[in-house]
Amino acid sequence: MKKKLLSVLLSTAMVAALLVGCGEDAPATDGGTTDGGDVTSEDGGAAADVPEWVEPTYEYSATTSDDGTVLNIYCWNDEFQRRVQDHLPGYTYTEGATDEATGNPVGDYNGTKVVWWITPNEGTAYQDNLDSNLAKQADADADSKIDIFLVEADYALKYVDSNASLALEDLGITDADLANQYQYTKDVVTDMNGKIKGSSWQGCPGVLIYNRAAATEVLGADDYDTVQAAVKDWDTFNATAAKMKEAGYLMTSTVYDTYRVYSNNVTSKWVQNGVITVDANIAKWCEDAKAMVDNGYSTTFDLWSEEWSAGFYPAGKVFCYFGPAWLVNFSMAADKEGSIGYEGGWGACEGPQGFYWGGTWACAANGTDNATLVKEIILTMTTDEAVLKEIVMDDDDFANNTVVMDEIANSDYASAVFGGQNPIGVYAGGVSKVDLSNISKWDQGCNEIFQATMKDYFTGAKTYDEAYAEFIKQVIEKYPELEAYN
Amino acid sequence: MSKTRKGKVVSYNKWGYIFLMPFIIVFIIFQLIPLVNTIRYSFYQYFRAGLDWIGPNWVGFENYAKVFGNADIWTYAWNTILMWIMGFVPQIIVSLVLGSWFSDQRLRLKFSGFFKTVIYLPNLIMASAFAMLFFTLFSAKGPINSILVDGLGILKEPFIFFDSMWATRILVAFMNFLMWFGNTTILLMAGIMGIDGSLFEAAEVDGATPTQVFFRITLPLLRPILVYVMITSLIGGLQMFDVPQILTNGDGTPYRSSMTMIMYLNKHLFSRNYGLAGALSVFLFIITGALSVVVYKFNTSED
Repeated sequence: MKKKLLSVLLSTAMVAALLVGCGEDAPATDGGTTDGGDVTSEDGGAAADVPEWVEPTYEYSATTSDDGTVLNIYCWNDEFQRRVQDHLPGYTYTEGATDEATGNPVGDYNGTKVVWWITPNEGTAYQDNLDSNLAKQADADADSKIDIFLVEADYALKYVDSNASLALEDLGITDADLANQYQYTKDVVTDMNGKIKGSSWQGCPGVLIYNRAAATEVLGADDYDTVQAAVKDWDTFNATAAKMKEAGYLMTSTVYDTYRVYSNNVTSKWVQNGVITVDANIAKWCEDAKAMVDNGYSTTFDLWSEEWSAGFYPAGKVFCYFGPAWLVNFSMAADKEGSIGYEGGWGACEGPQGFYWGGTWACAANGTDNATLVKEIILTMTTDEAVLKEIVMDDDDFANNTVVMDEIANSDYASAVFGGQNPIGVYAGGVSKVDLSNISKWDQGCNEIFQATMKDYFTGAKTYDEAYAEFIKQVIEKYPELEAYN
Repeated sequence: MSKTRKGKVVSYNKWGYIFLMPFIIVFIIFQLIPLVNTIRYSFYQYFRAGLDWIGPNWVGFENYAKVFGNADIWTYAWNTILMWIMGFVPQIIVSLVLGSWFSDQRLRLKFSGFFKTVIYLPNLIMASAFAMLFFTLFSAKGPINSILVDGLGILKEPFIFFDSMWATRILVAFMNFLMWFGNTTILLMAGIMGIDGSLFEAAEVDGATPTQVFFRITLPLLRPILVYVMITSLIGGLQMFDVPQILTNGDGTPYRSSMTMIMYLNKHLFSRNYGLAGALSVFLFIITGALSVVVYKFNTSED
């Protein structure tokens, strides 16, 4: 035993010693170049070393055919599958039926077999699986070519700004077909050449969800007009926060509640010519958030944490949250006795700025061999008013269609969670102003890392400059291609 | 006659190799090839940008220059070592004490089987589940804070453990201690029971105190096992990952003061930066090897 241990150790040591030799070379080489010049010349050298930023481009070319016999749909859960099963005319299925070869759920659309490839979203598993299959798309046999895949807004551009997805116009879907969709849902899937490459059946506009009890206590009334007047822009919002503090309420549960609202309303891109740049509205969030934390109007806990969700109950003493229909319907404990939602104690108003949160888009895969069917499915599921209305009524979804939603906004629809208010008009009002022309494919990382690193600034552990340096460092860690420019 | 015997020997050898094959094949596919590739890629620029792969382009030692070029790697190395030491020192002390108590014939502890099982139990829980448990326990609205604030009234408002550098580090170290002291106790006990009982009897006859027995007999004879425990724990400590990863949601918060080297490596792997991750892995391999040699030399030098 001892001898064995010894021999293992000795061989480890030998290999290690060997590699230590190599390792030592590395800093030496580096040191050599750095020592070569003084600080100024090193800076000059660095500037000259920066390669010219090339805005990523791609050559778009569509390949489609119509001779396929199997329609493959890639997604991460059964949401779209259920929508198709329930609402797509001509789609038939047997509950629990699976494909013999792959074990995937199957259905039938007007005589063509539909196979659902579901990979859970955990980590980046869905994207990894999709990426490797898209890479094989050209050589894949007819039955396994991807025809439709679903994406979320956070990473949509990765697939939109590439040859992986088809422009809808190449399928024969015109701008007129998409005319009634909310503009932001089209912005998310518009590629760098201005082509729309995906379509969604759902809209996820967000509203300011306020605690009616707090509004009555502090603002004197809980009706839409009174509250909206108190939060109509960020300065008024912050002034109201001070009043809430006096009454013992937090304005928002955490400062991250408002981030999405600011970041949906930026006027510049995160990455400009390779340089990471903080937009004025994001900078304003940072400033406002710091003030809110310092004044005790809000906290620095993470979204979805226990501390964040405390305000779903009256004892949490939180004035407002920001979120779309799915948040208030399914995530704010509306089904638990004693919660504000259960008592119908929330109200909805537009708040300082419009925003959206979430959503799923369907993209047609380049190289599909069922072009006509793909067109039919996307058109029917995302633009057909009868189908969309059915989805709203049956599934409590918010349809991506201004005509359908306007109709419901003017109906006598009443939401129990919102104490009988019809919030549809409020949802639609804010989101119609959202302009997402400044999204870039680095947004997800930049947004996540900015919020995470600024926490140390808010708590006072670091200065803004220190937190900002950390932010830049971590973005480069995530996106190595930006390293040379920052 | 001799010919037949020779044939027999050869055929036995053959079986030996055949039985070794599965291991060798698995080792080559799952260990050796990835290992060689890791070292190879550490000399390449090789990462993914969106759907596209950049590289592999040969860059020589550039990745190593980047790894050593910023101070971060040393910060993370320090975090790792510090959290390991903070967990290991109490672990080895408690394990030594428990190990000698459990194996002491004169003490004749009751229910020692029960206690041995109990102290080993934390090790059976998945590290990530254990970390989640602690995350919930020590959160601002968690039970520990409600005891401190409402129950005992020691604090006026909740102490946010995960915003404090030392609280987070101590929690990580404490969890590693809890998870591993049982395992170490069992190992040390096996070592102590392997020591010839007549030595303890002789010491007793000569009138040695328990302290003397421990320091003059148990500890010196336990050294091979101690070396083994230290080296395995050191390697495990340098590869510390799951507990701080789950506890801080992968960010080593606050301000990366609980970020370990493997968590940093994971950051690069998550962005599919195989070049830089390779260089970092090679560096880790070297550190681990070198430290193991140091520990081994240190513990065997007097022989």
